[in-house]
Amino acid sequence: MTAVAADAAAVYALRLADDCLVLSHRLAQWSSRAPTLEEDVALTNVALDLLGQARALYARTAELDGTGRSEDEYAFLRDERDFVNCLLVEQENGDFAVTVVRQLLFSAYQRETWRALGMSTDAQLAAIAARAVKEVNYHLDHATQWTLRLGDGTGESHRRMQSALEELWPYTAELFETDAVTDDVVARRIAADPHEVRAAWDASVAQTLRAATLERPATGWAPTGGRQGLHTECFGYMLAEMQHLHRAHPGARW
Amino acid sequence: MTDGVHEPLWEVFIRSRRGLSHNHVGSLHAADAQMALRNARDVFTRRMEGISIWVVPSAAITASSPDERDPFFDPAADKAYRHPTFYDIPKEVKQL
Repeated sequence: MTAVAADAAAVYALRLADDCLVLSHRLAQWSSRAPTLEEDVALTNVALDLLGQARALYARTAELDGTGRSEDEYAFLRDERDFVNCLLVEQENGDFAVTVVRQLLFSAYQRETWRALGMSTDAQLAAIAARAVKEVNYHLDHATQWTLRLGDGTGESHRRMQSALEELWPYTAELFETDAVTDDVVARRIAADPHEVRAAWDASVAQTLRAATLERPATGWAPTGGRQGLHTECFGYMLAEMQHLHRAHPGARW
Repeated sequence: MTDGVHEPLWEVFIRSRRGLSHNHVGSLHAADAQMALRNARDVFTRRMEGISIWVVPSAAITASSPDERDPFFDPAADKAYRHPTFYDIPKEVKQL
């Protein structure tokens, strides 16, 4: 399915939605496998919050791009190249440290994005953001608590956290990329300005890492492409699993 | 965490939206009090069950033992006059 939306706002909303859906699915993969029962519930709670945000954003995207597609069509009937999520959210769960670091980096970004989007000139996106920011505050708190305990924990937990940070850090550059789409929606004051989001994100992440005795990696290699539908290898496998049921049984419902 | 070493156990008390007092709702494992609070939020308040949470280390609770049941509770069984059933409740009092 190829739907090229003329309106940059539609593309922007779709990026936000895909970020939420993909991370939601990654977190859902922890279900029944988390280190403890309590953490199992916590991670799937976060996954459900993100799924709710994705649904609202897909609904808004369908209005903006004029296709009127259903949430299921966006989630289950698009191919890998049609997904415009950032690369960070699709990265594999790894060990618990990788999941925690991924959540810390992304939730900090999402919090600043929703905060700014709360003042969007698109009233519906503003309403979605206002509701989502409360949820994301909790996601960030959860990830921060674990980062502090594992970063400043045992030698082994510190080593794993630092290594997860080194692994995922390169993918954060993409979060703040600008292109024709972001320029357009920022100019129309629909979206958060990536430069301002980055400044707030930098400060928030740096503070947590310092408190957790983790070293902020140097910025170097910065993979990109997610916003254009060019994904890392692991994404195709995730999508195949996520979409299998709906594609095998078209129109399947609970 | 997966090698069978459990984090400490915590008892969870939740005050419901209706007010009144905190009620015991269950227990869970957590590394420390702050994590216990967050776990309690995730495990026990997903359906708007509460507006306030207490967590208490299970080890801090002193419990009566089954051996003490008779001396503790039995003497109360035949003292009906201790129950407030002999008073007339004024009409104006809606809840007692």
